[in-house]
Amino acid sequence: MTIELIIQLGYVIAAGLFIFGLKMLGSPDTARKGNGISAVGMLVAIVAALLDQGIVQYEYILGGMIVGGAVGAVAARTVAMTSMPEMVALFNGVGGAASGLVGVAALSIADGSFTYITIILSILIGGVTFTGSLVAYGKLSETIGSGAVTFGGQKFVNGLIVIGILASAVMFVMDPTNTNMLYAVVGLSLLFGIMVVIPIGGADMPVVISLLNSYSGLAACAAGFAVDNNVLIVAGSLVGASGIILTQIMCKAMNRSLSNVLFSGFASVSTTVTEVEGEIKPISVEDAYYVLEAATNVAIIPGYGMAVAQAQHVVKELMELLEANGCEVNYGIHPVAGRMPGHMNVLLAEADVPYDQLLEMDDINPRMETVDVAIVIGANDVVNPAAREVESSPIYGMPVINVADARTVFVLKRSMASGFAGIENPLFYKDNTRMLFGDAKESIGGLVREFS
Amino acid sequence: MDVSYLLFILMLSVFLGFELINKVPATLHTPLMSGANAISGITVVGAVALAGSGNEDLAQWLGAGAVALASVNVVGGYMVTDRMLGFFKKKEG
Repeated sequence: MTIELIIQLGYVIAAGLFIFGLKMLGSPDTARKGNGISAVGMLVAIVAALLDQGIVQYEYILGGMIVGGAVGAVAARTVAMTSMPEMVALFNGVGGAASGLVGVAALSIADGSFTYITIILSILIGGVTFTGSLVAYGKLSETIGSGAVTFGGQKFVNGLIVIGILASAVMFVMDPTNTNMLYAVVGLSLLFGIMVVIPIGGADMPVVISLLNSYSGLAACAAGFAVDNNVLIVAGSLVGASGIILTQIMCKAMNRSLSNVLFSGFASVSTTVTEVEGEIKPISVEDAYYVLEAATNVAIIPGYGMAVAQAQHVVKELMELLEANGCEVNYGIHPVAGRMPGHMNVLLAEADVPYDQLLEMDDINPRMETVDVAIVIGANDVVNPAAREVESSPIYGMPVINVADARTVFVLKRSMASGFAGIENPLFYKDNTRMLFGDAKESIGGLVREFS
Repeated sequence: MDVSYLLFILMLSVFLGFELINKVPATLHTPLMSGANAISGITVVGAVALAGSGNEDLAQWLGAGAVALASVNVVGGYMVTDRMLGFFKKKEG
């Protein structure tokens, strides 16, 4: 058996393990094992790659692995679960940058137009992923403003960048000795990544992270073509497909098309003032306690505000007290609650809430009429009845959790400011809604004290 | 390798990816993403050959940079995914 054959067999095994690992992610029972299997696959692939006869010097490889691995390990151990969206955004960017660098480095071994095209593709996708993810990171961590950044002629500028990328790419492929054209592609790709993400507002970040996740896979895939390696193609396209599916789910949950999310920053925002009838009815912690004590079925609807207030642990305490009181407690989780897909589930799982009590929107909505009290914690747009009732509302048609169908709704809110998307919420004015103003953690803590 | 052969692999794995990921429940979407992040660190496999070429040129340095970045993804991605999935527990009893 030649070394080359062993390497290729190693790649086949690795690809099989990746597929099997992803399959096991299909259920929370097996997911952790699946992740482990996927990691074993990665180890097999790396060992196989190191057997390559072309490798004569291991210092650079070891150095890179130690530095990168240490950074990754520290980040993975220290990151708070509330910051997962930023972390994933950064990882997307790092992955894109790695694939872009492989593309540039592969020039030294490249020949043939097809290889040059794939090199350009990996640089382009990798570059866009890198800077796009950095901007997304900045918006998510609010180190830069999370709002949409638009300026006059933005479309025109973006058009010019695209033409510039295409022109320099074609010229480079026709004459690969002209490295200036290659540098132009690198520079313009990096610029383009910034330009495509700045006009997207913070509330749409779940879509952007999913899309960039997909790009980081596609970049690896393109790099696989550039260096002629099929395990890169398989793994990269699996990641690409995963990101695309998540992007679709997010768009559907917001009732918007992908192009609308990507380009709506350009449209003039119509601020229609919806006249909301009724009045705000605040409630005290004490009164809220009496209602909850009599309740037999409670639904908790968390949003990003719960993460900001770090209220998930007191929420779990309240849940235990309610259950001890003979009450059924479920959580209703909207697909775009939080800043990335599944963010709320992870936060609640961290607070020891069993995952079988975390219901998806489509499972909780039919039950809502039997719910005595729906507690909305730091969520706003995902429970906004305007999505069903007010045709002029910007979120009209978006599927929401129908908390208003519950007998009583408690809304925990810091103040009356509108949500991340800046849309008025008629829920606060409904007859069966009571507002519990204040910090979510303190309010829930107050309820817990009343119970015990 | 033959281009058509690589494209063939690409097509099959994209379809397989769609089928697999569609079955992942919403509750696991964050670990799915960070796990996918780890898998996209597969670039390290392409990067090691470039970083170990022994040519002492720019390409080797770029390769080493790619190894480092991809290793962040691999190690960080798998570890944080494992940490997250460790939180998911079923209701007792």
